[in-house]
Amino acid sequence: MADAVTLSINGQTQRMPAGSTVAAAVLLKGVTTFRRSVTGEARAPLCGMGICYECRVTVNGQAHARSCQIVCADGMEVRTDE
Amino acid sequence: MNFDAIIIGAGIVGVACARECALGGLRVAIIERAVIGGGATAEGMGHIVVMDDSEAQFALTRYSQQLWQELATEWPATAEYEQCGTLWVAADDEEMAEVQRKRDFYGARGVATEVLDARQLAEAEPNLRAGLAGGLFVPSDGVSYPPCAAGYLLAEAQRHSAQLFLGKTVAAIKHDGVQLSDGAFLAARFIVNATGSWSPELTPGIDVQKRKGHLVITDRYPGFVRHQLIELGYLKSAHSHNAASVAFNAQPRKTGQILIGSSRQFGVNTRAVDAPMLSWMLRRATEYMPQLAQLSALRVWTGFRAATSDHLPLIGPAPGHDNLFLATGHEGLGITTSLGTGRLLADQLLQRPSAIPREPYLPARASVQKQGAAHG
Repeated sequence: MADAVTLSINGQTQRMPAGSTVAAAVLLKGVTTFRRSVTGEARAPLCGMGICYECRVTVNGQAHARSCQIVCADGMEVRTDE
Repeated sequence: MNFDAIIIGAGIVGVACARECALGGLRVAIIERAVIGGGATAEGMGHIVVMDDSEAQFALTRYSQQLWQELATEWPATAEYEQCGTLWVAADDEEMAEVQRKRDFYGARGVATEVLDARQLAEAEPNLRAGLAGGLFVPSDGVSYPPCAAGYLLAEAQRHSAQLFLGKTVAAIKHDGVQLSDGAFLAARFIVNATGSWSPELTPGIDVQKRKGHLVITDRYPGFVRHQLIELGYLKSAHSHNAASVAFNAQPRKTGQILIGSSRQFGVNTRAVDAPMLSWMLRRATEYMPQLAQLSALRVWTGFRAATSDHLPLIGPAPGHDNLFLATGHEGLGITTSLGTGRLLADQLLQRPSAIPREPYLPARASVQKQGAAHG
């Protein structure tokens, strides 16, 4: 991958083509629980266009970031299931 | 149908009255046109707080807060009653002087508090900005989710034989009962108007005005705010005057969400969110807690407090009527004072003595009679 970026997902390295969304990176890592609902249910992307808020993860310490709307960047730290 | 008492309005004040009357052995009817706890009960923060604007306000809030605590083991989980304490935040030395005054006032009346210096405040609430002077912690205060608390009080009233008339509208209050819009007539010895900011529509001329407020609720950020926070500037800001005003107010919910307030406006009867008012309110909040600006808000809404001109509720006989009672005008303290109001109202209907003097809240007092005539 010539135009690749490297980010961290739950402390593990993930290389992605530049321009990929964080949601794609999380799924490629094999993570299916992006977040927990208020009653503790597992949630993952549904709409893929920033409307449903089901894909939220923590990006660089910022909770409730919509992973389907954020492009991967070098050194980004992503945490899921919070 | 024949009752001892008809309570109009199933907000938290109305259901608290219904519960106390039913517990006292009265045959009670409750009339609600929409949903249980759907007005100001659902629109506010649910803060259970002892206040000291006046001796009478202190007496009623303290008495009511103790009644909340007495029910601590009975509240259902949905009522989210939690004794998280209030932290009054002092920005400067002038406000620290107010902290001392407030501590002395509460202490002299048996309410324990704790004075925090700048460092202790920062440790208690790490997301407050640096440079604040300190604060006063009142551990006995709490929070609740009022619509579900109201649902519980209603269920208790019903368990003691109170009858609920849901979806019914009152056409007129008569001397011997209540005429419903559907033609039915409910007879009763006592009628109680507990319809909050709508109460002047049923009882014209009483000193109750709508005072609009805005609230914001965020997504879940557990631990971001730990206590109910209120700026002490609240007291010296324009909140005591008639002009519009805002004050920093943040409350942690059990879900980890944060409620952010507050705003006050008189003379506005539209429910729409007022964008300049909202941004003023949030600007004030971020002056105290800069990182709030990084959180995402889920919802913004408005509501109407039922305000009286002396900031005390109307609890007792409506002047000029022989069987009509009022339980309204609780402004921003109705969740706290609902339980004390229910008890004081039932004491009057049942001719029992009361635990605190009830004169300051009687609708016949001079300070609200003049005003009611003026804008009624």
